[in-house]
Amino acid sequence: MSREDYEIVIGLEVHSELSTKTKIFCSCPTEFGGEPNTHCCPVCMAMPGTLPVLNEKVVEYAIKAGLATNCKIADISKNDRKNYFYPDLPKAYQISQYDMPLCEHGYIEIEVDGEKKKIGLTRIHIEEDAGKLNHDDYGRGSLVDLNRAGVPLIEIVSEPDLRSSEEVDLYLKKLKSILEYIEVSDCKMQEGSLRADVNVSVRKKGQKEFGIRTEMKNMNSFRSIVRAIDYEAERQIEVLENGGKIDQETLRWDDVSGKTFSMRDKEDAQDYRYFPDPDLVTIRISEEMKENIRKSLPEMPESRKKRYIEEFKLPEYDSNILISSKYFSDLFEGATKVCNNPKAVSNWIMTDITKELNEKELEPSDIPFTSEQLGNLVVLIDKGTISSSIAKKVLQEMFENPREPQKIIEEKGWVQISDEGAIKEVVLKVLEANPQSVADFKAGKDKAVGFLVGQAMKETRGKANPQMLNKMFLEELKK
Amino acid sequence: MVVSKEEILHIAKLADLNIKDDEIDEYAKNLQDILNFVDVLNSVDTQNIKESIGTVNNSNVFRKDEIKEFGDRDILLQNAPEQEDNMFKIPKVI
Amino acid sequence: MELYELTVHELLEKLDNNEICLEDITKSYVDRINDKEKDVQAFVSISDKEALEKVKTIKERKTKFAGIPIGIKDNMCIKGTKTTCSSKMLENFVAPYNATVIDKLDKENMIYLGKLNMDEFAMGASTEYSAFKKTKNPWNLNTVPGGSSGGSAAAVAASMVPWALGSDTGGSIRQPSSLCGVVGLKPTYGLVSRYGLVAFASSLDQIGPITKDVTDSAMLLNLIAGHDEKDSTSVDNQIKDYTKALKEDVKGLRIGVPKEYFGDGINEEVKTTVKEAIKKYEEMGAIIEECSLDIADESLAVYYIIACAEASSNLGRFDGIRYGYRTKNFTSLKDIYRNSRSEGFGAEVKRRIILGTYVLSSGYYDAYYKKALKVRTIIRQEFEKLFKKYDVLLTPTSPTVAYEIGSKSNNPLEMYLADLCTVTVNIAGLPGISIPCGVDKAGMPIGMQLIGKHFDEETILRAAFTYEQAIKFRENQKPEFKM
Repeated sequence: MSREDYEIVIGLEVHSELSTKTKIFCSCPTEFGGEPNTHCCPVCMAMPGTLPVLNEKVVEYAIKAGLATNCKIADISKNDRKNYFYPDLPKAYQISQYDMPLCEHGYIEIEVDGEKKKIGLTRIHIEEDAGKLNHDDYGRGSLVDLNRAGVPLIEIVSEPDLRSSEEVDLYLKKLKSILEYIEVSDCKMQEGSLRADVNVSVRKKGQKEFGIRTEMKNMNSFRSIVRAIDYEAERQIEVLENGGKIDQETLRWDDVSGKTFSMRDKEDAQDYRYFPDPDLVTIRISEEMKENIRKSLPEMPESRKKRYIEEFKLPEYDSNILISSKYFSDLFEGATKVCNNPKAVSNWIMTDITKELNEKELEPSDIPFTSEQLGNLVVLIDKGTISSSIAKKVLQEMFENPREPQKIIEEKGWVQISDEGAIKEVVLKVLEANPQSVADFKAGKDKAVGFLVGQAMKETRGKANPQMLNKMFLEELKK
Repeated sequence: MVVSKEEILHIAKLADLNIKDDEIDEYAKNLQDILNFVDVLNSVDTQNIKESIGTVNNSNVFRKDEIKEFGDRDILLQNAPEQEDNMFKIPKVI
Repeated sequence: MELYELTVHELLEKLDNNEICLEDITKSYVDRINDKEKDVQAFVSISDKEALEKVKTIKERKTKFAGIPIGIKDNMCIKGTKTTCSSKMLENFVAPYNATVIDKLDKENMIYLGKLNMDEFAMGASTEYSAFKKTKNPWNLNTVPGGSSGGSAAAVAASMVPWALGSDTGGSIRQPSSLCGVVGLKPTYGLVSRYGLVAFASSLDQIGPITKDVTDSAMLLNLIAGHDEKDSTSVDNQIKDYTKALKEDVKGLRIGVPKEYFGDGINEEVKTTVKEAIKKYEEMGAIIEECSLDIADESLAVYYIIACAEASSNLGRFDGIRYGYRTKNFTSLKDIYRNSRSEGFGAEVKRRIILGTYVLSSGYYDAYYKKALKVRTIIRQEFEKLFKKYDVLLTPTSPTVAYEIGSKSNNPLEMYLADLCTVTVNIAGLPGISIPCGVDKAGMPIGMQLIGKHFDEETILRAAFTYEQAIKFRENQKPEFKM
């Protein structure tokens, strides 16, 4: 038997922090960071006698997510307590949802090798996030910060429909973009606002029942997830091929060594003792409420893509990249409105902006300038006010200290020289200084013009209009 | 049905309580007594009966998503048995 | 007559007539505490100095109850003061916020005389499970005051406070009130905010007044009732003035008497006295009818399953990390959890956590917890049926009068039977009031319980008031602090 005889089965539980202003059961801010224990109150610190009151936006956002992923929205839902002891869980129970989640039976469509595939969603439910454990300076103790305790989460549970790490990657990207589009989560991976528990099992092809699965919890990078799945599947196949058995257990993925490690001792089988939280009342969702939320859903990525191809005549490749992130897509549409040059805007986003983000390790949501400013940059190029090489420098400036591109080029004196007299002066100067090139041109080497233009650009520190230079050199040389 | 020692120890573990060896029998007996007593419920016919979580019939009690800062960290930390850098200190957790 | 012997409405009358000033009142109670607390042991903490200082600052009675003292059961948070729940676990816990009921009393500018003893985390029926002290019944210092609000009931009976707040999960206001010969009201679940009441069993707990008479009960209920946006289970009903219900009129009032509460488990003298009270009602024009509420044993079972299940979860937060007792004996995190909880909680609390954890655990949930929630529905339905026929149900409050300290505390199951008559009311979320209706041969008070429809506190208050005016219990019987 070999690798090819096995099928990998993956199910995901994705936790996404909702972008509400306040926590799920108290009025503390959800803002990331902050001095330890400053976004806290007696409720989220679980002081004796305190009680939870559900944030209405959390319910609305979860329903939104459900509608955007083709879920059936419950008529009646409730909150349950999941009991376990851990220092980041101050009440010793997490308020979650057990048997009556807000959303069920949905799906997300991904495209695998040009073919559409539906990935089933078992459910979406609301719950509260836990706090954070930090380590003290001396490595002797841990320190509990409860700023994150009570930040609202939705947990999106997929069916075991995923068959490869590539599918998982596509699924996660799609899910992330949906959550961004409907503006219920900012999905900032490095802040932990999107995390996944990954369940992996393998089985022989054609086998009906699932293999025994292992789980890797709290992963917050797509790249690590892909690597971890590949490693874990390989490990499981090897164990089985050697006649071994897979233990159902929780594993820890170590990104540095690229391996998974066993995490919990198995005798500690969890029994969460779920039961309905008597401090909270039933959630009833009327048809009217569902309809209102449905109406408030924005245009989804697939529809935008179609529009980009038909309306803006963009290639499918461009369109796919643009819709991959709502921030890209919004940037594109806003800038295009200003400059009316979709292909140019698309090129800027796909090349220079993406490059800049990668270098700075930023996400599209971190782009500091507005879509209008990007549009104006393209206008300046199209009008010939600046060259595209200057425009690259302007863009960098816009990343460092975002302001109007017009203002940047004025401050820096980067306006393109398009005055004929001034250009001619430079051309004559360069010709005089480079007799060899002149001779080369006359000897039939057309390339010499390029060199001369380059020299002229150097002379003007990039500000001369290159088309005019080209034209004028040819005129002078042909005299 | 009889509550076993192992069961008492398992339950104590779930509840994060220590039960000393010489206490096990007493806890088991107490639990057994009460379980015997509550067995009276077995004779109640609850077919087609819904569960009552509470006695309040209202639903959809929500809060507006508006920030109210508590703003007094010191008073929230004042009862901490041990703290450092404004956080609750515990033995190292890996 | 000493000031401390008066009810609050009598004190208000004297204040209105300028016969006394506010300082006289607080001084009178502080003196009384100094005199009687050594015998009764009702307080966990006494705030006599603060009380005397505060009353001096009140120059003008801007609100009706400004400067009126009160005692608070030690499971309600008062910001900046200790809230111990009579547990070693919270021995040094200083509350960082106010319970909603305390905010309401503060708005009136009332005076706190101290925090009152209770069974640890309100789990018990005799106050013997307090980690700190055993409160004595002022009628006979060798007997228990009942519980869990035993400190509150004893303090009111001994006139160390004019009135007090208690909490009631399965009878914890009504039963000690009955044993101490005072008036205790458990409001409808949802009428009074639970925010800031340290939770025992969330779906059953309610705060309520313990007072010398029914008029004070209605007045204190006025002060604490009302919707609270901090408690999702508090109900947004129209605000009522319960003193308006205080009319001497039970003509045509339909009183149902469930025969199951006059059976074998109930002491003969209790039965006889309550039956006399029923006769009295009949004489005053009420329509009395025997009825059946055949769910007494089941109610107790449902109660212990639900209350302990909820408690096992509610008490998880006491882990020695953010507040509360932390063991000295630890090297690992696990030690902190296990040892702090094992050393910080008393035996009864641990017994209930074990039971609660058991009934929620995998394999037993359906058989116990889920089953109990279903039977809870049946109990509610039984009450609904009865309330189609009756305005009020009448039962004894406690199967017995106050018993000797130590005589039952080692038998948990027997202790649980003390709640036999009261738990059904909590399970169904109904209002219930206990008022004294006589004494036994030994001179120990006997109470009866009037149960009303949801949010119909008015009718039970009216029925209680009418009876109280007719028999004048307080005028005829006084605690004697027998040794």
